[in-house]
Amino acid sequence: MTRTNDIILRTTTTLIAFILLGFSIYLFFAGHNAPGGGFIGGLMTSAAIILMYMAYGIQAMEKILPINFRQIIPVGLIIAAATGIGGMIFNAPFLTQTFAYFQLPILGKTELATALLFDLGVYLAVVGVTMTIILTIANDRG
Amino acid sequence: MDAILDFTQTLIQISATIAVITVAASVIVLLYRAILGPTNPDRAVALDIIGINLMALAGLIAILLVTTRFNDVVLLIGILLFIGTVALAKFLEKGVIIERDLD
Repeated sequence: MTRTNDIILRTTTTLIAFILLGFSIYLFFAGHNAPGGGFIGGLMTSAAIILMYMAYGIQAMEKILPINFRQIIPVGLIIAAATGIGGMIFNAPFLTQTFAYFQLPILGKTELATALLFDLGVYLAVVGVTMTIILTIANDRG
Repeated sequence: MDAILDFTQTLIQISATIAVITVAASVIVLLYRAILGPTNPDRAVALDIIGINLMALAGLIAILLVTTRFNDVVLLIGILLFIGTVALAKFLEKGVIIERDLD
């Protein structure tokens, strides 16, 4: 079979993958006061990575993005568990959440909650699980 | 002033309802093509346009319910639709979605 030339797919992928990653980060940070959160943010990130895999193939992507996605799952789980244990250090029950107001340089007065760190753990676990499932199926040589 | 406001509100509701009915009719016509389409590319294109109509329905229902919470959903459907259509097209053309090496 002759080799096809998917230049349109590759050019649109370079543009759309950036929009997808930005949208996923927006969804991740909007989860506190609007629809969104770690789960849908992680799914959008893996959608962007899958789009790049579809356009460029596995070998090129392993060179560009040398991440073993199986190792991201325990990292996310450890972050989520650590935020729960962190509450116990201050004599509060497991998984106690707290928040405070900080004066950040660009954003001004911002509310930072420890629920964001728990969400980060969910995000990493979702990205790891989704990419592991899809790449394991895609690598199956027929 | 209140009369104008009431009139505008009813106008928006009536026109949004008419648009919902029209889009629903076009989804039914597209379902005919998606079920009976002679070839697989016919079904793929029909499913793609059903998704676009779904984006329109989400926007119209956001107007009818007077909320802005559906705007993310519209963008989300568009992104998932693009990725799904690209995957379907690659499968129909090459028989594999994620290749080992392209270069």
